[in-house]
Amino acid sequence: MAKRLSVLDANRCTGCQSCMFACSRRFGAGGLAYSAIHVRSVGGIEHGFVVIVCRACSNPPCAKVCPVDALKIRIGGGVILDATRCIGCGFCVKSCPYGAIFWNERENKPNICIYCGYCSRYCPHDVIALEEIG
Amino acid sequence: MDEFIKNILYIDLSRKKFWVEDRRKLFEEYLGGVGVASKILLEECPKNADPLGPENVIIFAVGPLNGLFPIASKTVACFKSPLTKSYGESHAGGRSAIAIRQAGYGAIVIKGASDTPVYVAVHGKNVLFRDASALWGLRNSITVGRVLREIEGGAGVRTIMRIGVAGENLVSYASVNTETYRHFGRLGLGAVFGSKKLKALIVSGKMTIPVSNSKKYRELYDKIYTTSIKSTLMKKYHDLGTASNIIPLNTINALPTKNLKESSFEYAENISGERLAEKYLGRRVACAHCPIACIHLASLREPYITEPYFYKTTMISYDHELLYALGSMIGVSNTEGALKLIDEVEKWGVDAMMTGTVLAWMTEAYEKGIIGENETLGLRLEWGSVEAYIKAIEYIVRRVNEFYKTASEGLDALASRYGGEEFALSYGGNGMPGYHTGPGAHITYLTGARHSHLDSAGYSLDQETLKGKQLSGKEISEKLYHEESWRQILSSLVVCFFSRGIYTPEIVCETLNILDYSFNEKELKRLGEKILRNKNDFKEREGFNMLNQKFPKRIFETPTPFGNLNEESLYESVKEFYKILKEHT
Repeated sequence: MAKRLSVLDANRCTGCQSCMFACSRRFGAGGLAYSAIHVRSVGGIEHGFVVIVCRACSNPPCAKVCPVDALKIRIGGGVILDATRCIGCGFCVKSCPYGAIFWNERENKPNICIYCGYCSRYCPHDVIALEEIG
Repeated sequence: MDEFIKNILYIDLSRKKFWVEDRRKLFEEYLGGVGVASKILLEECPKNADPLGPENVIIFAVGPLNGLFPIASKTVACFKSPLTKSYGESHAGGRSAIAIRQAGYGAIVIKGASDTPVYVAVHGKNVLFRDASALWGLRNSITVGRVLREIEGGAGVRTIMRIGVAGENLVSYASVNTETYRHFGRLGLGAVFGSKKLKALIVSGKMTIPVSNSKKYRELYDKIYTTSIKSTLMKKYHDLGTASNIIPLNTINALPTKNLKESSFEYAENISGERLAEKYLGRRVACAHCPIACIHLASLREPYITEPYFYKTTMISYDHELLYALGSMIGVSNTEGALKLIDEVEKWGVDAMMTGTVLAWMTEAYEKGIIGENETLGLRLEWGSVEAYIKAIEYIVRRVNEFYKTASEGLDALASRYGGEEFALSYGGNGMPGYHTGPGAHITYLTGARHSHLDSAGYSLDQETLKGKQLSGKEISEKLYHEESWRQILSSLVVCFFSRGIYTPEIVCETLNILDYSFNEKELKRLGEKILRNKNDFKEREGFNMLNQKFPKRIFETPTPFGNLNEESLYESVKEFYKILKEHT
């Protein structure tokens, strides 16, 4: 079965962004340029946080708008990026209603979640988890 | 060293110009944070500069660990303080450190002064000067953040540092608030912003910071991360937060109460971390890249008196120092009263600790008849008089008459104008922090470069020695000197002091070696001493002499957990500290 990141309870999120740093660290670097997950406040820290990450849609709009077929539909849900085909048009970013595709200025390509769950290992408060799509 | 940390962004508000300089050597020598910022202050701020003149300079600096390792979440600000007329240094977390680092800079230096209100937005390489006339005078600094959040980009990866009316009106202890609940609180950075007509500084960015050995980097990251989330010390900060100190300090007679006329507070439970967590805690939040989440927000629900079933709910950030300064120190016996006062200082943008010590002095002066209702404009400033204090804070911020104008300049100004020096709890001009734990605490306040409890943490040393053997004055001074020196390294990296048990000299060397710096523990310690000396050099250049400093008389009258402090031996310790500082020069 295909897996995806689930936001179990955003109310437990403290906004530490350890998940965002983990996602970039997969590539062995610090900073946030490669993150495919994003945490920001709900219009001010007093209201808590939203965790934005790919939902692994079964019928993903991002794949539909890619003019060069760089986003392949993954069996079970979500997409897989073929970075060699990507021309950096950014249509995918605009198409995602969740805003879960982030732009990598350094590569001029999107950061697409690969559903590895590395970020969830660094969530100290059980906000996110890798779960089977069901 | 990576390609970004060495970049300093200079912003000249007089000429509305900006440029970037490569300062590799400076960062190689001093790492970043306070090491770099204090050195730039020595370079850029001319001798005898007016702290509120265009010649003063503001330096925000981050360090090599920010953006790479957990709990490296702090930014250091250096400036000449309008409160002490000497060395100014203040730290804050929030998103500030990550944002500056991710924008591609090791430091941001702000020079000159604008002639009209502006705010500056730094989005990576783009630096924009924007008009802030319409924001000037806004009553609530939280609203300033709300407005800027809507019109500027970078949600989630930005810092919004801003001042309130106190900063605009040049209150000597105005703060700079960031991400609503974190503050460059101490020593008046807000007034320096105000004097430059700088309403806010927004910084955002999202870079990558390359590491040469990524496997080792990830391994070390995991080691530090795991230690931090499993550490019992960090658990304390997460569970109840620093407010957990109230009860233990009160129990040992170390909680300054009613302007330190007493050292325990009958109503301590009402302002304790336990009470707040049980009845009011609404949310815990974290600084960027810190898994601990020590920021505690109380949810205060208040009815509107004029209309039934009509309420407002405010989220208010509390910590030990605020509960001390706006609680026990001024005799506020109920939780809601303390929370309301904390909310007031947040809105106006003033340092909570300094405000609390000023209100405490005022209340005692009023009690003694040194000042009367002519001065207070009819306010009856009595212990615990929350509503009068709320009004007094506004009068201070608005500087409505000569008395409140003097109060806006701090404790020393009040004492020299009205008397009552013996109960003005001022150290080098800075208000006393919330620990009357023993000799260590007070020696720290006097000898510490910024007269803060965090300089060398004598309060912590006192609590350790209470459990074990007592130390001689010389031993205390030596320990405090070494602690303060080491803290220069922590705040050059820049890691939060709460993680000092995790970032041991050994771990710090490991992190630096992975980032291709070559430091051993001995060299790091020597660097810490050198940074401390640089800070002292600035202070002495501006006329400060540690040996001329006086302890407030009051501290000798009220017992500590060690009993009454011995005046002579405290001064001996200061001499000893000074000697050690100079010996290492």
